Parts: sequence; structure tokens; C-alpha cells
Amino acid sequence: MANTIADSSATSDSARAPKRPPKQRYRKPSQFKGRDRTVFYLMVGIPTALHVLLVWVPTISSLFLSFTDWNGIRLSDMNWVGFLNYEQILTVFEKDFWQAVINNAVLLVFLFIGPTIFGMFLAYLLDKNIRGSRFYQSVFYTPVVLSLAVVGFMWQSVIYSTDNGLATQLFGGGESVDWLGNQSFLIPFGDNYGISKNFVAILVAIAWRHTGYIMVLYLAGMKSVDNSLREAAGLDGCSEWQAFRHVIFPTLKPINVVVAVITVIEALRAFDIIYVLNTPRKTEVLSILTTNNLLGEGGGNVGRGSAYATILFLMCLGFVIWYVTNHYRNTQEGAES
Amino acid sequence: MTDQSTTRSPSPATHGYSLGRRNFIKTAAGAAGAGLILPAALAACGGDDDDSGSGSDGTAAPEGTAEAPAAASGDLSVGSRLANDAPKAGLAAAVEAFPNEDVNVSINTTDSNTFQENISTYLQNPDDVIAWFAGYRMRFFAAQGLLGDISSIWPALDSELGSGFKTASTGDDGKQYFVPFSYYAWGIHYRKSLFEDNGWEIPTSVDELTALAAEMEASGITPFAFGNDGNWPAMGTFDQLNFRINGYQFHVDLMAGKESWTSDQVREVFATYETLLALHQENPNGRTWEEAAAALVNKEAGMMTIGNFAGSQFPEGELEDLDFFPFPEINPEYGLDVVEAPIDGWMMAAAPGNEAAALEMLEYLGTAAAQDVYLSEDPSVVATSSAADTSVYNALQQKAAETVQNAEFVTQFLDRDTSPEFAANVAGPRFADFISDPSSIDGILEDMQAQSEVILTT
Repeated sequence: MANTIADSSATSDSARAPKRPPKQRYRKPSQFKGRDRTVFYLMVGIPTALHVLLVWVPTISSLFLSFTDWNGIRLSDMNWVGFLNYEQILTVFEKDFWQAVINNAVLLVFLFIGPTIFGMFLAYLLDKNIRGSRFYQSVFYTPVVLSLAVVGFMWQSVIYSTDNGLATQLFGGGESVDWLGNQSFLIPFGDNYGISKNFVAILVAIAWRHTGYIMVLYLAGMKSVDNSLREAAGLDGCSEWQAFRHVIFPTLKPINVVVAVITVIEALRAFDIIYVLNTPRKTEVLSILTTNNLLGEGGGNVGRGSAYATILFLMCLGFVIWYVTNHYRNTQEGAES
Repeated sequence: MTDQSTTRSPSPATHGYSLGRRNFIKTAAGAAGAGLILPAALAACGGDDDDSGSGSDGTAAPEGTAEAPAAASGDLSVGSRLANDAPKAGLAAAVEAFPNEDVNVSINTTDSNTFQENISTYLQNPDDVIAWFAGYRMRFFAAQGLLGDISSIWPALDSELGSGFKTASTGDDGKQYFVPFSYYAWGIHYRKSLFEDNGWEIPTSVDELTALAAEMEASGITPFAFGNDGNWPAMGTFDQLNFRINGYQFHVDLMAGKESWTSDQVREVFATYETLLALHQENPNGRTWEEAAAALVNKEAGMMTIGNFAGSQFPEGELEDLDFFPFPEINPEYGLDVVEAPIDGWMMAAAPGNEAAALEMLEYLGTAAAQDVYLSEDPSVVATSSAADTSVYNALQQKAAETVQNAEFVTQFLDRDTSPEFAANVAGPRFADFISDPSSIDGILEDMQAQSEVILTT
């Protein structure tokens, strides 16, 4: 991150100084000349136009459609119904809705305390340059190469098969175990909600893949730790845990930010693995509820599907706003690394 | 993915009956994929009982011959979802044998799943003749004004298509919008050899059924194989119980949202279901129907409430051993008058480019002439016409043809008889909840009724 220090330049920019990160110098378009300016407008304008057209126009449309009761066939059939879809989600469909919200939250927490910590642990072990560490790296990373949909198929047919699966043979004690169908709660939250056993099974399958991903990120970060720091810590008589906690972990801060962002994205975005398993009961997440109403068999209720989508969008938006304001505030204060 | 969706019941035209290995090679090319189901067994040329006595009402004599009085000409487009090799060849052959030489027919084939998922978009700019299924979704589109009324050709088809088919092809306004082409039947499947070895008889009432199940349990065999993955197989048993206990009209009204899910009749169905559930394989919610059928093949289970497509799980030599019987009588008032048989067929767009040709084509497709030609290429379906040549059928197909032709009423399976949104988002998950915990049925029924009102009556 070696940038020129430039907060003294271009005094005309001082009015914008509070928003400007101190390490970079911005120039106004008017400072460009002729062809440079055209290039500038094109380079900024075209991607922006595409982004607005392909991302924001559909988003605003979804927002709008969530206030209608359209069935997706003819535009003339669209009627404005106000907040009816939201009311129905919160009353008639509330059990499905809150269970989905809980599942998304559980997935988020799980991804933080499971794969992230375990991935960090694996990265720490592999960072020691033991024999065969490249081999281990490949082995742990291989599941990441598979899409979550494929992971779902594999685990369903090979490991979680009720009568003949690997998990049944190992842990079933001779009886068939319904890994993916058992919707009773492992950890109930009251009568109607909780973390269901089959959702935990799916979490294990997700972790199998996600851990390698986190491991590689942390491994890259750890490679950039200055060796002299480690030696110094060793000379000072640090135990391993102390060395990790006080020397290595602080240097991983930028990686932590990346991992946090990735984790939140994965948690909110989760869809494919649950969908390919035919959405066992009690494992629904918000994206599944959205597509249930929009696509294929149960589709044709564009209004309610858009309402679910809007709710999911607002959750994502909350996170994005938090992240962006924090990030820019930090860079402004120079608090980053 | 295969043409087989795992979240809705199989479709007759794309997943009908098991076939010979020679046809396996033809269909395998189109059906490779992650699915575990493939038509695989060798067809034995079965008996030659040509089925007679369709349930035609025999009132007015058919008007004229099978050809329309004024022959049409011009271009005709047919939108087909028969993308696998054998069905595609079958349709092409049937279309080629179309007697009217002046009509230039073009077939636009889309893969079945894509076709179904995009039907709403497709119907905004459809072909003249469209492949689809009978049941609610056909009636729904008819009520939206997206389909053309084809009642004019039905009098000519009355001699070949029974009243059950006609009712299934009728829209809410009493006019016909659909021509049935192929189907399969649901029933209780079993292995004949297993029953013979143990001296078991086909039960004719539900008491006999429970007695038979007790005998099976005593022999160490699970009475019913059951796998509910995808949430639709449970609908099969529910349908059978509902129209046996409460009759066809109640079943249709319940599907349409006119009867309440919290009514006593529905509670009785679920009470019966609960007692039967004790006789089914345990932990069904995570088991696919293919795995459950494997239990039937291995003689670990004695019976299975499933459609005829279960034959695809039987290895080559053992397919002849598979047979089915209708779900036994529960309420003598209704007896065995209803058969569940999803029907695939054809319908016409509301404003086709060439209406006269479309009507002729539809009439032709409903007759044995077209269906025989189709069967010569793809004998894996049961054709709807009672005059179709049944010599290519295996024993299972013969039985299905007899059962359905003689039925007074034909239902389409829950996911075709009601709004797909209701079936997939409400009925499927709620039935899975019930199976997982039958004692929670009260809360489940209340939820279902509330959601049914929201979905079906808007």
C-alpha cells in the first residue's frame, strides 16, 4: 500500500478533504484535458451504466413488484396491493420466514466459529513449512474447487444416504439414520423454531468446503509476516500460543476483514446446496423462500417472491452500509495496517 | 440434469414405463445425469388383451369421421417438451403420419424441465399446439384466456377416450381445452413372486390391507416402502386416502380451495394416514423414492404406493414380477371409482396462427392412429386411446390401461390438481412435517388452511 502522501496538494480539493482518504490524491474531471476527459467519462460511465442497468434497475423493480400481486404472466394483471405481501409473510407464512432468518443467522455464526477458526488453525500449522505442506495444502483446498451444488450431491448420495451412506455405516450403529430428513430440533428456540438436525448436517457439508477457502486466505497472510518478528518472539521466550496471539494474529488484520466480508456474503447468499438437496424441511433460507415463489414449480407469485427478495436485500444493505462507512472511516484515520 | 425433476411427480411422457435395453440406449443419451432413475429393463411383449369398453358415455354418435370436414392447410407449429430420443422420435413419426398433406408441421422441442419452468413466459408467445398436462395448470391457463377452446373436436374422440379423460380435459367453464395423449397410473405396487411364495392375497378393503400388513410384519418384511425426498411422494398416499374416504368431488374441491383443510373429513384422512404410517418404512423424509423402490426390489418391503414409473428401478429380468393393485376400498359409498393417473397431452394456444390445422392436429393426436405410430417408436408410455394397439405393452402397461380405461374418475396427482405454488410451497413441506411428527397435525392443518386461502383464492 505504498501511495504518495498528498494531502497538501490541490487546494481546490480541500473542501472535500473530510471524505478523502489521506493517502490518495483525487483529481476532478475538469482537470483532465480533451481526450483524457473523454476516456475518463467512458471508463467510468460505461461500467456505471451497466451496473445501474443490470443491478440497480432490477433491484428497484423488485422493490416495486413486492408491492403488487403479479402472477408473472401478463403485465395487465398487475395490481397494487401495498404491504399485503409483507403482512402475509409475517402472519400466514411467519413460521417459514422466521425459521429462514434463524437459519441464515445460524449459518453466519457457524461460519465464523467453525470453518474460520479451523481454517486459521490449519493455515498456522501449514505455515510451519513441515514436510509435505504443499501436499496438505492441495488436499485441504480441493473441496473448494467443487461448487456447493456438487458438494450437496456428493454428500447426499455418498455420505448421508439414509440406508447405505458412509455416515450411516460409521455412526448409525446398524440402523438407518435419516441425516437429511430429520427435521427435529437439535437446539430448539421455543416451540416452533430452532436449529434442526438436518440443517446441522448441511452445515457440516458446507464447512467441509469452506474451511479450505479460509485456510488459503490466512496462509497467504501468514506468509507475509516478517520472519524476524517470529525469531524475535522466539528469542524472547514466547510460548507458541503467545507468539500467535501477539505477533502473528495482529498482522492478519487485513485478512480478517476480507474473511469477515466473505463469510457474511456466503451466509446471506447460501442457496445452491440447500436447493439441490430439494430443500429438506426446516433448512430453508431466505434465498430459497424467494426462489420458491419466483421460479418453476411454485413460481408465479412474483409479488411475494419480490417481498422476500427485498427483505434479504435490506439485510445485505445493512451490512454493506456498515462495512463501507467503517472502512472509509478507518482509512481516513489511517488506522488501517 | 435429467429431464426428471425431483421436486414434482414424474411426467408420463418423459418418464413412463421401463423398456428394453435397446431402447435404453436410445433414451440414455438424453437422460444421463445425476439422477438415479433411468428406464432400463427389457420389455417382454406382454399379453394381447386389447382393452375394450372405455367409459365412453355413448350418447351422441361421433360427428363424421376423424378428419375435419374442411381440410386445413398452411403452417403449423407444435411446441413439444419431449426432448429424449425415443419420445422425440415417436412424436416426429406421429406427426409425419398426419393424414393431411397440405399442412406443413414444424416441431419445436425444448427440454422438459426448461419447458415447465418457463411456461408462463412461453405462453405469451406460444406455438399453435402445445405439450402440457391435464389438471389444474391446464385449467388455470384456460381461465386466464391463454388456451383455445377445442370442444369442437371432442365428439369425434368420445369413442376412443373415456369420460374420465374428458373430465380431466375440461376447463372450469365446462369446455374442453386439452387432448390427452399418454399417462401412467398410481397404485400399490408389489412383487407377484413375494405374494405367491407367502400365499398372500390382494386386499380388497382397508381392513384386509392392515391384516396383510400385519402378516408381512410377522414375516420380517416392512409392509410399505416409503421415501419422501422431494416432498411429493407423500402426496400420493394422501390423494389415495382422500378420494377413497371422501370421494372424488371433495378431493377436487379441496384442491381448488373450496373445502377447508381443517374440516372433519380431512382430519379423518390424516387419522387414517397416521395409522398407516406405522406400517411404512421409518425415516422417510430423507429417503428418495428410488431407494424405497430398491427395498421393494430386494423384497425387504412388501408394497409401495407409487406410480408405474417405479418399474425403472427393477432389473431386467424382474420387471415382469412387478404388478400393482388399486388402493383398497375404504368408504363403500365411493368404492374404487377413482384412479390417480397423471395425463400428458396437448392443448391449443388462444390465438393460434392456424386454428383449423391446429384443431385437426389435436384431434388426430387423440386418436389411435397417431398413438399407435408413436408407440412404435416409444413404447414406454400408455396411450390414452382405447383403440390403441396394446400388443407392444408389457404387463404393467396392460394393467394400467385396463384400470384407467374403466375408471369413472381420474385425478392427476396433487401437484397437478392444485396450484403448483400451493403444492410445492405449502402441501409438500406440511406433509413432510406431518410425517416427521404426526401429533402436530392440528397446527399443520391450520397453517395449511391459512396458506391455502392466501394462495388459492386470490
